[in-house]
Amino acid sequence: MEFEKFILHLHPKKIDRRAVKFNRTFGLGGMLALLFVIIAFTGVILQFSYIPTVEHAYPSVRSLIEHSIFGQFIRNLHHLSAKLMVLFSFLHLLRVYYSQGIYEQRAKNWVYGLVLLFFVLASNFTGYLLPWDQLSYWAVTVITQIIEYIPFVGHHLANMVRGSEEVDGNTLINFYTLHTSILPLLFVIFMSMHFWLVRKAGGIALPKAEKSEKVDVVPNLVWVEIMVGSILIASLFLVAAFYEAPLLEQANPLKSPNPSKAPWYFLGAQELLLHLHPIFSALIAPIGLFVFLFRLPYFKYIDLNVGVWFNSPAGKTMTIQSAIVSFIFTFVLVYLLDHYLHFDTWFKTMPSVVTTGVIPMVLYVLPLGGFLLFLKKKYSATNTEVIMASTTILLASYVCMTLIALLLRAEGMQLIF
Amino acid sequence: MKFNRRKFITRLLVLVASIEAIFIVKNGVSKSQHNSSKKELFNAGKADAFEPNGLYPFTTGKFYLKRFPDGGFLAMSVKCTHLGCVVNINNKTRGFNCPCHASQFNAFGEVIASPATRPLDIFPITIEKGEILVDIAKPIKRTSFEKSQLTYV
Ligand code: HEM
Ligand code: FES
Repeated sequence: MEFEKFILHLHPKKIDRRAVKFNRTFGLGGMLALLFVIIAFTGVILQFSYIPTVEHAYPSVRSLIEHSIFGQFIRNLHHLSAKLMVLFSFLHLLRVYYSQGIYEQRAKNWVYGLVLLFFVLASNFTGYLLPWDQLSYWAVTVITQIIEYIPFVGHHLANMVRGSEEVDGNTLINFYTLHTSILPLLFVIFMSMHFWLVRKAGGIALPKAEKSEKVDVVPNLVWVEIMVGSILIASLFLVAAFYEAPLLEQANPLKSPNPSKAPWYFLGAQELLLHLHPIFSALIAPIGLFVFLFRLPYFKYIDLNVGVWFNSPAGKTMTIQSAIVSFIFTFVLVYLLDHYLHFDTWFKTMPSVVTTGVIPMVLYVLPLGGFLLFLKKKYSATNTEVIMASTTILLASYVCMTLIALLLRAEGMQLIF
Repeated sequence: MKFNRRKFITRLLVLVASIEAIFIVKNGVSKSQHNSSKKELFNAGKADAFEPNGLYPFTTGKFYLKRFPDGGFLAMSVKCTHLGCVVNINNKTRGFNCPCHASQFNAFGEVIASPATRPLDIFPITIEKGEILVDIAKPIKRTSFEKSQLTYV
């Protein structure tokens, strides 16, 4: 059958029985690929009615909603799938990382994965501007202003992204081009590489086994894929029928809504900027995180158990404990910095780099560093587990800050408690 | 050295691509430099019309015109120095509040509540034939208010 032959271009003929199990991958990579296809289809339909100019962008979206049959539904589908893609990318990252699937021959695929994650965020962000409503205009203003904080090159970089000193028609054209042609093209190229590298590494990471039992891909794996895919599509259609993708009033550059928040996946970054001097929050922290993530598969590891969840039972305990501790600690620190610790007003004579930069940074790093040492001692852990705990701490902090900015900040960005 | 056709073609392609990339980047930047180098004078009207200690919003010019009790003028950008939202007048402090992340500025545009870290930008003012002209294409960054920033008739 043609279909069967085509499947064998994507999959090998036989794979390990354990790789078929749902809780090995949670189907996340496959669902991401499906979401990309859904987004591509709905996107092309939206493109027929969208006009990328300042005067017409908003009315064209309005008229799509009001006059096209299923216009709002298509828009909802596109919107929901894009949101899910961010979420699933993050979960997929967690899956491959914690199931120890990023080392040795898979290291390169981790790097490709990170690039794909960047594309996912970039697509979301560029798409955010297109409806040209109050939400999109001010979110993009806020984010491009964050770029301005990068020393020396920030202003030029921000101008390059905007194509202008302010968010305007040039920005809209830049974003439209990136969103509808450049990024999708890059996606196709990098996704193909990503899939090929999975196969080249001999399939997904699995623990070493005495004897591995091979099963046919058709029907074993394909059956699971079709099931997961159908459930995803059905759920999306169901939710898209009730959930409306938001559209506020048309953008007004003279009036900022209160509060103006960055898009939800950048809220963690925005939260950081509220508490830390820009040198730290817009330069040191992002670059540090960037370098750390890209180097992650290449550190020297001792006792690496590829394909074993959390590397070892101790690794699992440490991961869970560091996630909880880091989450609570970040929450408390944010609360204290908001309400009590005003170093900049206490030590007026010191430069703000110290009072709002070095001091809060030390307050974050020292206690958590101590906690890591404590974990290492207690479980006599190897560096593999300690690095995993460090990664966990960083990820949990980001999740915590995102949730605070998303749920607990109301008018004027005040904490609601 | 032996002439290597493949290497030559690869390098040529990389070179062409890099030059093109530089042009694209430069164009993106110079598009805006081109804008900011030209003077754009906003006529705010007769200087006499503004009362001392008055605060006048010019939404289309995106600035607030403040006249101090000694008669000096200051044109402050409406753009919050934190992340670029438009600040509103706070009638109690006679300064400005930002709706986005609650920064507050005093009447001189200086920060009285973070997260903003520097005062509101100002625009150069010239007074010709009694009329106030504000150069709204050139926001000037500053670290604090100084008397020299004021313009007198
Ligand atoms: C458009 C986004 C992406 C798509 C479509 C995608 C797709 C896939 C697929 C189908 C697999 C096979 C196993 C599975 O289903 O989990 C896979 C594996 C993998 N992905 Fe992704 N992925 C994406 C983004 C990412 C990201 C953001 C990362 C991490 C930074 C990543 C890193 C990896 C790695 C390291 C593997 C190999 C895991 C193993 O061998 O166990 N991918 N990806
Ligand atoms: S933009 Fe004004 S406080 Fe953030």
